[in-house]
Amino acid sequence: MIVNEKIAIDHGLKKDEFKKICELLKRTPNITELGIFSAMWNEHCSYKSSRLHLKKLPTKGKQVIQGPGENAGVVDIGDNDAIVFKIESHNHPSFIEPYQGAATGVGGIMRDVFTMGARPIANLNSIHFGSTQHKKTKNLLRGVVHGIGGYGNCMGVPTIAGQTSFDSSYNGNILVNAMTLGLVKKDKIFYSKAAGLNKPVIYVGSKTGRDGIHGASMASASFDDKIEEKKPTVQVGDPFTEKLLLEACLELMAGDSIIAIQDMGAAGLTSSSIEMASKGNLGIEINLNKVPCREGKMTPYEIMLSESQERMLIVLENGKEDQAKKIFDKWNLDFAVIGKTTKSKKIELYFDSEKVADIPVNTLVENSPMYDRKWKKAKLPNKNKINKDDINNLKIIEVLKKILSNPNICSKEWIWQQYDHTVMGDTIQKPGGDSGVVRVHGTNKAVAASVDSSAVYCWAHPLTGGKQVVCESFRNLISVGAKPIAITNCLNFGSPENEENMGEFVECVQGIGEASSYLKFPVVSGNVSFYNQTKDQGIKPTPSIGGVGLIKDYNKMITMNFKEVDNVVLVIGKTEGHIDQSLFARVILDEKNGPPPEINLFNEKNNGETLLKLIDSNLIKSAHDISLGGIITAVSKMCIKGNKGINLKKPKYLINEIEYFFAEDQGRYIVEISNKDQKKVLDILNKNAVHYDELGTINENMLFLNEKTKVTIDELKGFNTKWLKEYMSN
Amino acid sequence: MKSAVITFPGSNCDRDMDVALKKFGFKNKMVWHQDLELPKSDLVVLPGGFSYGDYLRCGSMASKSKIMQSVINFANSGGMVMGICNGFQILVETGLVPGVLLRNKYLEFICKNVFVKISNEDNAYFKNISNNVLELHIAHNEGNYFCTNDQLKEIEDNAQVAINYCDPEGKIEQQFNPNGSIKNIAGIFNKEKNVLGMMPHPERMIDPVLSGEDGSYFFKNLINNLK
Repeated sequence: MIVNEKIAIDHGLKKDEFKKICELLKRTPNITELGIFSAMWNEHCSYKSSRLHLKKLPTKGKQVIQGPGENAGVVDIGDNDAIVFKIESHNHPSFIEPYQGAATGVGGIMRDVFTMGARPIANLNSIHFGSTQHKKTKNLLRGVVHGIGGYGNCMGVPTIAGQTSFDSSYNGNILVNAMTLGLVKKDKIFYSKAAGLNKPVIYVGSKTGRDGIHGASMASASFDDKIEEKKPTVQVGDPFTEKLLLEACLELMAGDSIIAIQDMGAAGLTSSSIEMASKGNLGIEINLNKVPCREGKMTPYEIMLSESQERMLIVLENGKEDQAKKIFDKWNLDFAVIGKTTKSKKIELYFDSEKVADIPVNTLVENSPMYDRKWKKAKLPNKNKINKDDINNLKIIEVLKKILSNPNICSKEWIWQQYDHTVMGDTIQKPGGDSGVVRVHGTNKAVAASVDSSAVYCWAHPLTGGKQVVCESFRNLISVGAKPIAITNCLNFGSPENEENMGEFVECVQGIGEASSYLKFPVVSGNVSFYNQTKDQGIKPTPSIGGVGLIKDYNKMITMNFKEVDNVVLVIGKTEGHIDQSLFARVILDEKNGPPPEINLFNEKNNGETLLKLIDSNLIKSAHDISLGGIITAVSKMCIKGNKGINLKKPKYLINEIEYFFAEDQGRYIVEISNKDQKKVLDILNKNAVHYDELGTINENMLFLNEKTKVTIDELKGFNTKWLKEYMSN
Repeated sequence: MKSAVITFPGSNCDRDMDVALKKFGFKNKMVWHQDLELPKSDLVVLPGGFSYGDYLRCGSMASKSKIMQSVINFANSGGMVMGICNGFQILVETGLVPGVLLRNKYLEFICKNVFVKISNEDNAYFKNISNNVLELHIAHNEGNYFCTNDQLKEIEDNAQVAINYCDPEGKIEQQFNPNGSIKNIAGIFNKEKNVLGMMPHPERMIDPVLSGEDGSYFFKNLINNLK
């Protein structure tokens, strides 16, 4: 087949991109080469629209061992231990085929982590679906949850936390973001940088099939009416093989034979070989006849672009091949020497004794396109004038019941009970809390992780929304007693070719950068998913932030359930009564406009760090951050989890009760303290200039409001737990 | 006391079981599925996981692996063999315990704490246990125990039911049955009561900071019974 412009465009390349390829090669590429360029230059692999902006994110810190650019980020947690972690999207395939799409998303992110030598110790996910009324939502939710569980459960890695939301902007593009944390010894981290000449290049894992060809290109385009036809681009996962691959790789990594290792994720053998060569400033020569194939007569084009799962590429020390092969034989996995490193700085492919591709590595990587896309700045919307009479007529308890049973607030037990969250025997905080927590096996340390996003805030004002998500992650870690270390981000947006969507991206990234820089909470890994768009309709901007923190002594971990009757409950942080963009405004007032709550980074940091001090001094019995639904929602959840009630009293400074209880001002927590510690706690809060309200005292089983309105906790629990189960069983 | 935990390809609770056995005083050895001989052991454990990816049928391929002939011989000569979760599925496939394990009634994986009542204490596993209701943890997709009416009669006549799903007070009722098992069966013995297969994972309940401590009672009692 002679390559021409039309074929290039069918591969997702732009006219001028094809022109540039011809210039760089000084000739027209053949079909295999064109396939390689299209895979490397698509948005998913090249970050061509985002690179310019991602550069601005803070990525360094005292505990950062590896920032963005490797398979995953790495942070130091002391005693020669390090945590490897990353979040990644698998949005497009999950909409087309929810089970396999979600499953292979989980498989892919785990591979990114164990490629670096780390044993995965926890999985998290952030999943977003269309309106609960939309005809596809139920099946997509069921399929995604089964897929995540199917893969993670089989791998024996606990799924410890997650986030689920419903919004009509995801009707045609669901989001599936999967995050994995792994544990590694600091001196046994593996990287993807090849080194040395004539070193054997080894292929291990599953055989290569025709599945997932052009998966990365599919993920770099918008959806249209013919989306069902894209099914063959979705990969098919086999968690059993991945479990074997994990054990075999870790066994090989215990020795010293690996120079570099890279998993075959998006764009398969193409991106893995090119990445290793590019980082090592070397060339790689591969004989494609040696690649283990599942199907007969696969062409070089298909072999290079297949996204078959559970495969790795390794550059080995000379003479270690037999020893390595023994390990992979033991685990019944394919092992093949397929090529070698060269000094040519080119990727050279041979098939049936013919050279089928000859491309300088730098043309694929350094010379890949980078765009400074046009973008539009978002204005801060004006505040709504809320009619006080309207809200004063509302009955708080009735509103609370509606909020607690809202799809975006209600208990997600139906989901996380399908995930094995206790395997490995170190999960000390299960899903349903502020963060999941796992012990560092055999030590007193524990690692907390949470995943957050606030699409509504980001949509209303991307800059504020970007800051808010980072702050929420910070708070979720602090609420369990963990010191925040670093974040990973998964940036889900519409088309970068649309100025407004691009503006959302640029400003969310700016917000993320400002907050993470101020909070010393750097970004160490992540990915960008653009084109979450069907025809002209893009999703709400949805950056997901995965935060990781350390608890030095897990006996000091905090949970959110109220512990003891007569204990005192405080609100840390000031309530201004910000109702715009709150769940209350959307669900009760049906008001969708207005600015999101403001972020004050000084207060955020000061309140959080002061709370950590209190936790460290054993003065906090339970804690929970205040987010969607405001104070009363947060308190209700603490009551429900602890099977306790509370006598609530609104402090005098804010006049309106509804505003006080449902506002979504930021930087706030609810904490429980014992009577005897009250003076000590208030002294510390005062000394650190942290605003607090005395909210009430804990009782047996009733929520009382200003001594007149009441409701039993069992009733609230019913509202909170029923909705999702009933929705999914109808 | 010596124990052995078999690792099959796809086992994923083998380490957890190793940790638990050692915590309560067993000298434990890990045994690879392709080995032919068991080390000298007082207890052999088939751990949870997804041996051979659950392909074909849960436990079926593992039941044919090389080490299993030794495990079967060991069991037939009176040795203590305990299968947890996937280990239970392997045991039914070998025929060491009767019945089969079907997919959960609601076709969903279930991971949660459950209560089980010990239905037969006259054996080396549960003898002398102080509390006959335990809070344990389940995590499975195929734990729906099923057998024919004839088999059920035989199982009951021989007092082979080990544990049943129940409420915290020990009441065995359908509403406390998480997966649709016949008669709320969560675990059963062979006729001689030296082989035990059960779905719940005691090894996940061995620390108050984890889900709970009833697994600790189970293991402490077990090692005392074996001494």
